[in-house]
Amino acid sequence: MDDSRTAAISGLLFGAGLTVSQMTNPAKVMAFLDVTGSWDPTLAFVMGGALLVSAIAVRVEKRRSADSQPSPSASIDARLLSGAVLFGLGWGLAGFCPGPALAALATGSGEVLLFVVSMIAGMGLFEGLQRGRATAAAGDA
Amino acid sequence: MTEFTPLSGTVGGVLIGSAAGLLLLANHRVAGISGILGNALWPGAGEQRGWRLSFLVGLPLGALAASVVAGPMVVDIETSSPLLIAAGLLVGFGTRLGSGCTSGHGVCGMSRGSPRSIAATLTFIAVGALTVFVTRHLLGIA
Repeated sequence: MDDSRTAAISGLLFGAGLTVSQMTNPAKVMAFLDVTGSWDPTLAFVMGGALLVSAIAVRVEKRRSADSQPSPSASIDARLLSGAVLFGLGWGLAGFCPGPALAALATGSGEVLLFVVSMIAGMGLFEGLQRGRATAAAGDA
Repeated sequence: MTEFTPLSGTVGGVLIGSAAGLLLLANHRVAGISGILGNALWPGAGEQRGWRLSFLVGLPLGALAASVVAGPMVVDIETSSPLLIAAGLLVGFGTRLGSGCTSGHGVCGMSRGSPRSIAATLTFIAVGALTVFVTRHLLGIA
């Protein structure tokens, strides 16, 4: 219950931040990615502001859980990078990443809905492949 | 073409960082939107839906509240519907394969100094910029 309340407040703050910074506007994100055109560096300032506050929280959290095990350090692998490449491709085509797309649902725009439904379908495709692979692996064992 | 707005950008960024900080300190969770959405729809073993759904409901409501205070939200989509569908599929599949998006890797992971998140963020920004260059300046389709 408590968990859900703080998560809801976090979601509210996140959605407000995306809106105030205009990251919910794909044209603005595309203009950041358009480094050879009329470049709009706003996204870098959004990320900078977010990193500043988030890094403080990370320090506090680390101090609080100093006795806990450090999370297993995973390496930079092909899966991480190919995922980032596919995501970057989609991001560059539409100017939407998951957070801003979900926040922009508030406008009631059909195009935003079309993007979000496609995004969920892409996630479902990944889940399906994962499960298929897990089943195949279990069959092999 | 959009106007450079460093002040509102930084203020919005601070709000986003506060959201991520709150979720980390209160819930001990990472505010990665793609992971929250993916695990809310297809929860893995032992994963809870409750807090994720609360976060996801808060997201558009926070956007709505901010647009009441700060002026209407402009959502200017320049992409055609078929490309929008392709982009959505790529973003959904890619963020789950790469375990994160702009929030999870770009904000939360980078603020932890995670090498994986730094590598992922540099990769998707570079590929995104390359995609815009090709579609906008070479092909002229976006």
